[in-house]
Amino acid sequence: MEFFRIRRDIPFMKHALLLNAISSITFILAVFFLVTRGLHLSVEFTGGTVMEVAYEQPADLESVRKVVESLGYAEVPVQNFGSSRDVLLRLPAQAGKSSGQQSEELFAALKAQNSALELKRTEFVGPQVGQELVNNGLLALGLVIVGIMIYLAIRFEWKYAVSAIIANLHDVVIILGFFAFFQWEFSLAVLAAVLAVLGYSVNESVVIFDRIRESFRKHRKMTPVQVIDHAITSTISRTIITHGSTQIMVLSMLLFGGPTLYYFALALTIGICFGIYSSVFVAAAIAMWLGIRREDLIKPAKASGDPDDPNGGAVV
Amino acid sequence: MNRYPLWKYAIILVVLVISAIYALPNLFGEAPAVQVSPARATVKVDSATVTRVERALAEQSLKPDVIQLEGTSVRARFASTDDQLKARDAIDRALNPDPATPDHIVALNLVPRTPGWLAALHASPMYLGLDLRGGVHFMLQVDMAAALQRRVDVLTTDLRNALREKNIRHGGISRNGQAIELKVRDTATLNAATDLIRTQFPDLQVVTTPDGTDTRITANIRPEAARTVQDQALKQNITTLHNRINELGVAEPVIQQQGADRIVVQLPGVQDTAKAKDILGRTATLEVRLVDESTEGRAAEQGNGPVPFGSERYPERSGQAVIVKREVLLTGENLTDAQAGFDDTQQPAVHLTLDAKGSRIFRDVTRDNIGKRMAIILFEKGKGEVVTAPVIRTEIGGGRVQISGAMSTVEANDTALLLRAGSLAAPMEIVEERTIGPSLGAENIEKGFNSVIWGFVVIVAFMCIYYMVFGAFSSIALGFNLLLLVSVLSMLQATLTLPGIAAMALALGMAIDSNVLINERVREELRRGASPQVAINTGYDSAWATILDSNITSLIAGLALLIFGSGPVRGFAVVHCLGIVTSMFSSVFFSRGLVNLWYGRQKKLKTVSIGTVWRADGQTPAPKAD
Repeated sequence: MEFFRIRRDIPFMKHALLLNAISSITFILAVFFLVTRGLHLSVEFTGGTVMEVAYEQPADLESVRKVVESLGYAEVPVQNFGSSRDVLLRLPAQAGKSSGQQSEELFAALKAQNSALELKRTEFVGPQVGQELVNNGLLALGLVIVGIMIYLAIRFEWKYAVSAIIANLHDVVIILGFFAFFQWEFSLAVLAAVLAVLGYSVNESVVIFDRIRESFRKHRKMTPVQVIDHAITSTISRTIITHGSTQIMVLSMLLFGGPTLYYFALALTIGICFGIYSSVFVAAAIAMWLGIRREDLIKPAKASGDPDDPNGGAVV
Repeated sequence: MNRYPLWKYAIILVVLVISAIYALPNLFGEAPAVQVSPARATVKVDSATVTRVERALAEQSLKPDVIQLEGTSVRARFASTDDQLKARDAIDRALNPDPATPDHIVALNLVPRTPGWLAALHASPMYLGLDLRGGVHFMLQVDMAAALQRRVDVLTTDLRNALREKNIRHGGISRNGQAIELKVRDTATLNAATDLIRTQFPDLQVVTTPDGTDTRITANIRPEAARTVQDQALKQNITTLHNRINELGVAEPVIQQQGADRIVVQLPGVQDTAKAKDILGRTATLEVRLVDESTEGRAAEQGNGPVPFGSERYPERSGQAVIVKREVLLTGENLTDAQAGFDDTQQPAVHLTLDAKGSRIFRDVTRDNIGKRMAIILFEKGKGEVVTAPVIRTEIGGGRVQISGAMSTVEANDTALLLRAGSLAAPMEIVEERTIGPSLGAENIEKGFNSVIWGFVVIVAFMCIYYMVFGAFSSIALGFNLLLLVSVLSMLQATLTLPGIAAMALALGMAIDSNVLINERVREELRRGASPQVAINTGYDSAWATILDSNITSLIAGLALLIFGSGPVRGFAVVHCLGIVTSMFSSVFFSRGLVNLWYGRQKKLKTVSIGTVWRADGQTPAPKAD
């Protein structure tokens, strides 16, 4: 079986301007939603209490809400979680009461109203812990960016490092933009997914850059633009198949993983889809505009040198 | 060219066998068990306990599958929950003759059903995290400022006493925040005082500032000494928590330090958070009282009379009763430290340190009661036990108490531990709390498992259809990767959580990337008209550089998560990183081994089964002889 029967190199870079305009618009929209709507941070980041209870019958959210209001909580989100019988409640931290008291009081009140009730989980996070998690998350993001840039700069050249990072940060911002627009819950697991995506989609750029280097070496008559088109064309089948396979796994998590893994898988899905797009079109185009040349990658001495050179890429 | 030397196949075989063995215990699941652990710090569980448990079970003609001593607990495994419940009652009756004062905690537990021969190889299944088995998780923040303040209090008292002993006349000594302030009038005193601090108080560093006509000496605790204080405070709090959690009868509590000033407590299977919190947060349980030395009291101690009014009877460790007065002189709050050591005659002793208030009371009490006995009582589970009841030899001032005489080093250590266990070194506050119901845990396992299996099946199906035999090799390599990952996690005894399972699924999804890369490369070479053997060789070789690059960038992201992640993210990061490393082995080294074994032997290989090799000119590639 072969999905990709491509006769000639596809002139991707001819459309670079248009493709990048689309991605710039998406990016700007994502930033816009991030700024105006903000992220719906989970209790892990904000501090507070979350309670999940399961009723035997489909829950009547209105009456649950009344019970919660009778305890003096204004505007406590009450929502179904996973199924119509599971209810998720979020309590803000309340002065003078420990988290335990809060959740016990509420559970007792709910139980009084409807005794067919089971406590599935509670989670309390103190405000100082939440602040730390935000800081650590940002530090982790910073470390990933710096680490990947250094690696790519050593392995290829700074122009490639810059374009790969720009392309993939653009993915991250777009994922965040989706979470802001739909007000999906941004939890620690989603953060982990975002960082994993960052590492994963850089892969894609690496594969293409590898090909660019190889093509520079093999096809000495091609212009840089032709080289880029050739590299993308010859890797496109691999790109789509691997992303497809990873997406199969993620889809399986999305379908079978239940509500706990739902947003995690969702972040990965968006990341994978935009990952293909950005590493193929955005990273390569930025590299093109930064003016990559044959001479940047292939030092004359090295070109004819050691065939075992690990930096030499493919040798035919 | 596509041949592995024998040693490479040997490596593959060895890794395959080892990982199969260590991944195997995960298949056996868990069996119901009864776990016996000591209810109090003074009770020891050893091989004698095992014999008692065996006898108790034999009397009820219950046959455990396995019964063994593990650390400080005995576990008996049963075939059914029915037997387990019966056995619990039988063991409980046998080991705790008096239900009011149980010596042992007899708890229901689930233990891995690992066969003996696997257990002998130290192969055990992955430990399931709380989100998969249900339970409570607490994170407690230790108030280190309070711990330091206590230490400074002790130092202030010591310094005051030392100054008095040396006859250094000062204009007042006091604690100000975490510093000790001392006023002196003249230079001679100043020098004497600073000399004293320098020689006798190595933990303090001194700064002098003129204060009107006087000089003010400010002594601060040195940073390294402060660190020691904090370390000890944390350790003592962990010890105390251990003792308290024992009361809850949790089979496998996790109590560990996290960061510089936090303690994580995980209680699998516990649902009653209120009680757990109550017990974790309890305060002083140590009391110092005088022994009732009246004639009636002595008679009662011998068992020849009733306990006199105003006194109570508490058992000593040996079982001997001690009659003590009701009046509480000191509590554990006044005790800042207890350490085992030696006295002047090199006999084992326990050294106690009291805070300022405690020292004052203690001096008065000892002055008035020389020759009498004093009892130190530890209350556990509301039951008091006399830890020690020494005779007061002399007035003790300065807050440093030494208990010595007729004890071994082990006893001195035990006593010190018991005394320390009575109190927390510093107050703690719950900063994170999570309860997961058991049904949710089971649901999470099932969901995680389903995601991995379905994803795996679909990928395998696709690979086999699209790449034929090469796809099958890739699928076997992928399965091998899963096996390797599970066995490494089991060997490390890592805790598996739901994010960990998610990372496992993701690792598989990303591992197939390498094989797709290789297969596409091989196809490409064939398309160019290379002979099958050359195509395989070139395909693997040129894909390797790319695979390495892409895995390293993924690994950078994984390591960042490992360094900065906490809780669930850490579980994800560990599996993610390990998955990347194992995938490089399985999808490159192992799959090449399979290909070499299958195709490498054939000298005149005409075609390879890697699906359609489509060429733009519409011709099938002309295979060339190798």
